[in-house]
Amino acid sequence: MKEEKDVYILGIESSCDETAASVVKNGREVLSNIISSQIDIHTVYGGVVPEIASRLHCENINGVIRLALREAGFGFDDMDALAVTAGPGLVGALLVGVSEAKALSYALGKPLIAVHHIEGHVAANYISHKELMPPYVCLIVSGGHTHLCIVRDMETYEIIGRSVDDAAGEAYDKVARAVGLGYPGGPKIDRAAKDGDPLAISFPEGEVDGRPYDFTFSGLKSAVLNYINRARMTGEEINVPDVAASFQHVVVDSLVSRTIACAREYGFRKVAMAGGVSANTALRAAMQEACDREGFECYYPEPIYCTDNAAMIAAAAYPSFLAGRFADLSLNAEPNMKLGMKLGA
Amino acid sequence: MKILSIESSGHVASTALLEDESLKAEFTINNGMTHSETLMPMLSEMMSLCGEDIKDVDAIAVSAGPGSFTGLRIGAATAKGLGLALGRPIIAISVLESLAFNLYNSHGAVICPIMDARRGQVYHAAFRDGIRLLLDAAGPMDELIDKLNAMDEREYIFLGDGVPVYKDLITEKLRGSYVFATAENNLQRAASAAQLGMWIYSRWLIENGLSPEEVRSTDISEINCFNDKVMDPDDFVPAYIRKPQAEREMEAGLLEDPGLHSLKKMNGERHGKRHKADKG
Repeated sequence: MKEEKDVYILGIESSCDETAASVVKNGREVLSNIISSQIDIHTVYGGVVPEIASRLHCENINGVIRLALREAGFGFDDMDALAVTAGPGLVGALLVGVSEAKALSYALGKPLIAVHHIEGHVAANYISHKELMPPYVCLIVSGGHTHLCIVRDMETYEIIGRSVDDAAGEAYDKVARAVGLGYPGGPKIDRAAKDGDPLAISFPEGEVDGRPYDFTFSGLKSAVLNYINRARMTGEEINVPDVAASFQHVVVDSLVSRTIACAREYGFRKVAMAGGVSANTALRAAMQEACDREGFECYYPEPIYCTDNAAMIAAAAYPSFLAGRFADLSLNAEPNMKLGMKLGA
Repeated sequence: MKILSIESSGHVASTALLEDESLKAEFTINNGMTHSETLMPMLSEMMSLCGEDIKDVDAIAVSAGPGSFTGLRIGAATAKGLGLALGRPIIAISVLESLAFNLYNSHGAVICPIMDARRGQVYHAAFRDGIRLLLDAAGPMDELIDKLNAMDEREYIFLGDGVPVYKDLITEKLRGSYVFATAENNLQRAASAAQLGMWIYSRWLIENGLSPEEVRSTDISEINCFNDKVMDPDDFVPAYIRKPQAEREMEAGLLEDPGLHSLKKMNGERHGKRHKADKG
């Protein structure tokens, strides 16, 4: 029998526009969390430009990894394994992290774990809430994903609902651009909405026929764009805080109502949120309030672990490490990786 | 002294190990599989068949560019990861120079490596008996032919993946005699990159009064005589030659709604299947 000991995992993340590395102990305790954000550069273009993102990852990745080790006070030799985001994400960006991690794994003789980016977001909750254990209902909301799922155990995800069109974060970006708030839309709408009236304008909440847990945001987005165009044509002044608050109100309501209904129907008393949009203050407040009303426990990560980071990747890799499921050197980036998909044996 | 080399700038994935004047192994594959799937397994297999330990490598030579942006980054990130783990320098190799090196002794003929750069252009350079005549550049094939005609040389040898694309144009417009390289010399080969790398690295050692042992036993962050060819792995980036499309359009004032542009690109990439070589 192997003696129980602490497990240190070096996580690497490069799926979109942050180059990140982190050392995490036993899947829960963050010893370092380095994030090199490219947001200022992409803002000039109004969104993430994949080729520019990939170039910057390649430029920064070694420095970020070196810093993560230094801040944790460790060397490569102290690591038990490496973990890397294999997908989903921008393929060129993912390939930088995957290639780097495979080379490190080979040269150091350390096992490599391939991590699903969204499972990473979910695992961020284990960092912020040391006591959290499955099963629970989890709402995953980010720029690329809107999923409602049941986390059965540390590695089993059952998808109950998903967006049939835009992801929630995508709708935020598009509406933010239309009202002139710019990129990134999520935090900018959230901020503007604080000065607006969420009931000023009535935008329709979309529903998907016969699929009560699916989301749709394209109708809402069109309604907001139509409202803006109509106002512009008639020369009416647009009240940006009101538009932002009214739009956000519908999105938040759509997310919270389905999550709570799902927990009720499937009999779970724990509700978690994950992904960049779970840093949204209106969503957090509304979900907390709804959970309090129902007597559910409500979990969401600290803001720094909501947006892309590598600590969540190292945390998500921990169960795979314990199960001995490692990726080999032929690991590829999987831009369309499905939730629950495992790479490695 | 042992140089490991990595080449993934085009269709070919290739890796080689050179020890002093002896090529220990070269593993080249040209089967359309993604470099991400093949390169590391090939490297690992090659080292183990040679009975070599990666820790004994002195430096890592890698194709810096030009070439497929994605391919270059797979090679770069692989080399950077190896360099970071082992504390070894990276030697940046021009893909065009390395290609020309396949035909090092050309007996006075001008060697013209041409790589298809899409959009009607080729990445190109020219060498004669190891001497560079043209710098690495991207441009229309017509213009390259004009430059070559102006040189008024006796014989030219063309090689690279631009040959099948521009064979007819060369036949039509080039004055002077020419040949096209045969299959074994026509593609990027890691052995050539390793040999070039060995020369570059040896010269760097001599210029800085260092021995290979000294470099191996020194913390790489404490070496302060790196240049643009022999580099700290942290600082190495591919030599793309071309800027990203979005940056070019931005500079040309063509990006009216930059947000839409990048979202479209992002969706396209997200929905795309396996990565295709992005020949900028």
